[in-house]
Amino acid sequence: MSGRTPYVFNIQHFSTHDGPGVRTTIFFKGCPLRCEWCHNPESQLFTPETMTGKDGKIERVGRQYTIDELVDDVLKDHMIYDQSGGGVTLSGGEVLAMDHDYIMELVRRLDEQEISIGIDTCGVAASRTVEEMCDYADFFLYDLKFIDDDLHKRYTGGSNHLVLKNLRILAKNNARIFLRLIMLPGINTDKDMIERTMLWLRANHIPVEQVDILPYHKYGMDKYAKLGRKAIYFDVPSDEQMQEVKAEIEKFYDNVTIGG
Amino acid sequence: MTTATITPTGVDTGINWDEKRGSTMRTKRLRELSETTHPSISLERALIETEVYKQYEGKVPTPVLRGIFFKTLMEKRTLYLGDDELIVGEKGVGPQSAPTFPELCCHSLEDLDNMNNREHVSFSVTEEQKEIQRDVIIPFWQDRASMTKMMNMLPEEWHLLFEGGMYTEFMAQRGPGHTVADGKIYKAGYADFMKRIDDELAAIDYNNDMDAEHKQSELQAMHLVCEGMIVLGQRYAALAREKAAECDDPVRREELEQLAEVCDRVPAHAPRTFREAIQMYWFTHIGVTSEMNNWDAYSPGKFDQHLEPFYNREVAAGTLTREQAREYLECLWVKFNNQPAPPKVGITLKESATYTDFCNFNTGALRPDGTCGVSDVSYLILEVMDEMKLLQPSSNVQISRKTPEHFLHEAVKISRKGWGQPAFYNSDAIIQELLNMGKSLDDAREAGIASGCVETGTAGKEAYVLTGYLNVPKVLELVMYRGYDHYTGKKIGLDCGDPRDFTSFDELYAAFEKELKYVTDIKVAGNNLIERLFMDTLPVPLLSVITDDCIAKAKNYNCGGARYNTSYIQCVGMGTVTDSLTVFKKQVFEDKRFSMDEVLAACEADFKGYDDMFDQVFNHTPKYGNDDDYADDVLREVSESLQKIVAGRPTPKGSKTIVEFLPTTCHVYFGQTMIASPNGRHEHIALPDGIAPEKGADINGPTAVIRSAAKMDQLKTGGALLNQKFTPQVVAGKKGILGMSALIRSYFAMDGHHIQFNVIDRATLIDAQKHPEQYKDLIVRVAGYSDYFNNLDKALQDEIIARTEQSL
Repeated sequence: MSGRTPYVFNIQHFSTHDGPGVRTTIFFKGCPLRCEWCHNPESQLFTPETMTGKDGKIERVGRQYTIDELVDDVLKDHMIYDQSGGGVTLSGGEVLAMDHDYIMELVRRLDEQEISIGIDTCGVAASRTVEEMCDYADFFLYDLKFIDDDLHKRYTGGSNHLVLKNLRILAKNNARIFLRLIMLPGINTDKDMIERTMLWLRANHIPVEQVDILPYHKYGMDKYAKLGRKAIYFDVPSDEQMQEVKAEIEKFYDNVTIGG
Repeated sequence: MTTATITPTGVDTGINWDEKRGSTMRTKRLRELSETTHPSISLERALIETEVYKQYEGKVPTPVLRGIFFKTLMEKRTLYLGDDELIVGEKGVGPQSAPTFPELCCHSLEDLDNMNNREHVSFSVTEEQKEIQRDVIIPFWQDRASMTKMMNMLPEEWHLLFEGGMYTEFMAQRGPGHTVADGKIYKAGYADFMKRIDDELAAIDYNNDMDAEHKQSELQAMHLVCEGMIVLGQRYAALAREKAAECDDPVRREELEQLAEVCDRVPAHAPRTFREAIQMYWFTHIGVTSEMNNWDAYSPGKFDQHLEPFYNREVAAGTLTREQAREYLECLWVKFNNQPAPPKVGITLKESATYTDFCNFNTGALRPDGTCGVSDVSYLILEVMDEMKLLQPSSNVQISRKTPEHFLHEAVKISRKGWGQPAFYNSDAIIQELLNMGKSLDDAREAGIASGCVETGTAGKEAYVLTGYLNVPKVLELVMYRGYDHYTGKKIGLDCGDPRDFTSFDELYAAFEKELKYVTDIKVAGNNLIERLFMDTLPVPLLSVITDDCIAKAKNYNCGGARYNTSYIQCVGMGTVTDSLTVFKKQVFEDKRFSMDEVLAACEADFKGYDDMFDQVFNHTPKYGNDDDYADDVLREVSESLQKIVAGRPTPKGSKTIVEFLPTTCHVYFGQTMIASPNGRHEHIALPDGIAPEKGADINGPTAVIRSAAKMDQLKTGGALLNQKFTPQVVAGKKGILGMSALIRSYFAMDGHHIQFNVIDRATLIDAQKHPEQYKDLIVRVAGYSDYFNNLDKALQDEIIARTEQSL
């Protein structure tokens, strides 16, 4: 397999939370960002890793697939996609940061089979890939972590310039956008910050079909220990806080969900 | 806030009725009584039967003897008419009272003590009852009981395999059953059936028909039971009038007077109203289940379709509201719950350790013309099931390509509450299964149902009898140890040669088939002896009256009188046998990683000291349930062998054997009789239920499980049970409904027969095991039926906890 073939760390069948219908989600390994709250730390490096459990059990993370293998695997569930209006969601890590040719070939092949494609992205990707993807993807689950670039740099290790630029590209291409906002109390949940985000979206004519606000949670943090890294913890938002944010966003958009 | 802590007789119970289930105070009280009454046994039926036999045995033909017994029982038995009741009739002397059937199984005094004292599925037995059993019942019935007779009759080889846990015998303590009502009792009454019987009696040609005397006694017996049914109605009418006369409450007095009118009408004549139709079914149910302790009691089948004309007519005429209809149905629900399955002992208890008697509603099924049968009554039945949340009756929905998405979603919404109901059956598959068994398309559409647990049949037209479970992985175990059984310490099987000399998987597989044939030959020969015993000594005239074409053929239901006859053998442990054979194929013969000798030794040692082998077979060998063709091909091969060797065998009454895949609780018992299996299943641990993958084997999610399960040709079977467990989070919200519905539709599109969901998290179950008192209402799907978690013994609880939890 070519050195440019991306690694996959999980293929999740019967996914009901990664877009419409029942889907198969392919999680690619490797991400340009290092979000401090990331609950899939094994998704960050572009290369294989091992995770060591408390019992000493070693689990290898990351495997390469040929495009044929991936297409065969996801096609197995075609019946359930047809029944539910589902399909395949490509996620990560950052799928759009994978080898351009590989990813484009994969989506062309899925498109040939009339499988609905969803892209779950943090927006930090080459604009050429984003633009080309608009021809194939039915929708984008698009993370907008911080409208404030300083905060973006501080907590994700990267700037949000590309995130915002690519969002404008999607808008220009009439892509269906499901905006996903992670909620970190005391960092990005205050009213001003929400309003700033919404005003930016409005000013840039971003057609958002649905806004999912995702409460920060601590599940999966044991994975840091398994990888020999140190986990950073944030506060978990209360139900009230989530409701307040929801109400704030509803001033701009009708279709707001908590938890996606 | 509630003021209703007062019973109808004015006693303050201190119960907060707002928390109780039931849409009216009446049904709340009836339900509460049903739920708080401890099951007990009643010897009344046994005593009446003894009297009748003492008087008539040997003097009249056997069918007539059974007819006289039934009629006398209806004339003499205690009638129960409780406060609040709108629908009447109990099998015993009151709610939760279970009659005994000494003609089948004559309980010893130890049996009675055991019933009374056992921790689970117990029945109260009084000292007085024990004396009656000792002085009257045992002396008369001990040698007459069919169980005694069959155990004496069956050959040594049969007993060896039986005691070794290779199979069970359904007719040991109960009669042939699993039968379901069709629509005829809503169009005619027992007086009408009697007329038909008279016509057939008049038509007997005593000069030329060599069977004339047989036919005469069968028809006379059918006539007698119709008389008995009519007497039951008349006695209830009289009792209701008597109670009305004594009743001071004008509302209740009027109810009792109406009840008397209902009982004047049914069961003698066809019902005219919704209420009469329900009472007609219930009288018939009580009749059928008092006549014979048939497995799975009796079921109403496509009840929504049977009730629909009455409901539509009355709602349009303004004589019935939806709420009244709901209350009648809730009363019926309580009636089902009032009847614990008659007490079982020994292996019969192990294979079916539950109070549940497997009565089942088939809601939303296809109509006789093949169109979708979902109506307002179907939705009403779903609502009643959800409101009442009782162990009995079980309720399933039948889903076809034509079923509206809304109906499926409503059923899924109840199912995901996690107490195992309703189960989902594939109507389109059922029709194809029935056609494959030789039934007409008309009969398949009109009467195609899945009854009891999962078995397919044609309601009111077929005797489809479950004959016993078959422990398929144990067949392999016997091959491995040359017929020697570790559980009994005896040689019980065939020596198919030293497996250490086998040089290929094909050689091993040929030995497996040879052993399977040996076991099946003995099981089926035993079945046939037993079938003959029932044909000769235990006809069921009432079930014959209401099953086509027994009257026309003047032939009993147990003798082949039904239009269709099927004998099911229920195969258990497909996941274990598939994965174990796969271990041999891959690890022993293909990769040569382990020798046969090492695998034999490891299984005997329960893998102690064989950690590497365990890791290899458990974690690094293809497994059924992951849509991996390597393992699934083995499943297909085993299922074809079962078709070739077990199915298609003729029986004395003109039936033939069909395989199906359901376990009730037998997978636990079978597992207890086995040492460790080559796939890493530890010794004495339960086998997977139905066609579920081995516990812990399926790691690729529910869609891979249904794809694997669908690779077995289910349309050639009488049904296969697939149980899927989810945590609540997976099926939460709109997306959860959509996901479950799509899973059902996809599995059914691939010809899956049945799917069922348990939606409970593992932590909840573990906590429930530790603190049973806090989880009294926790109902889980076991296998083809639901039960209170607390009613299950620890092994079965552990098994349910261990079933793979499909979580994301």
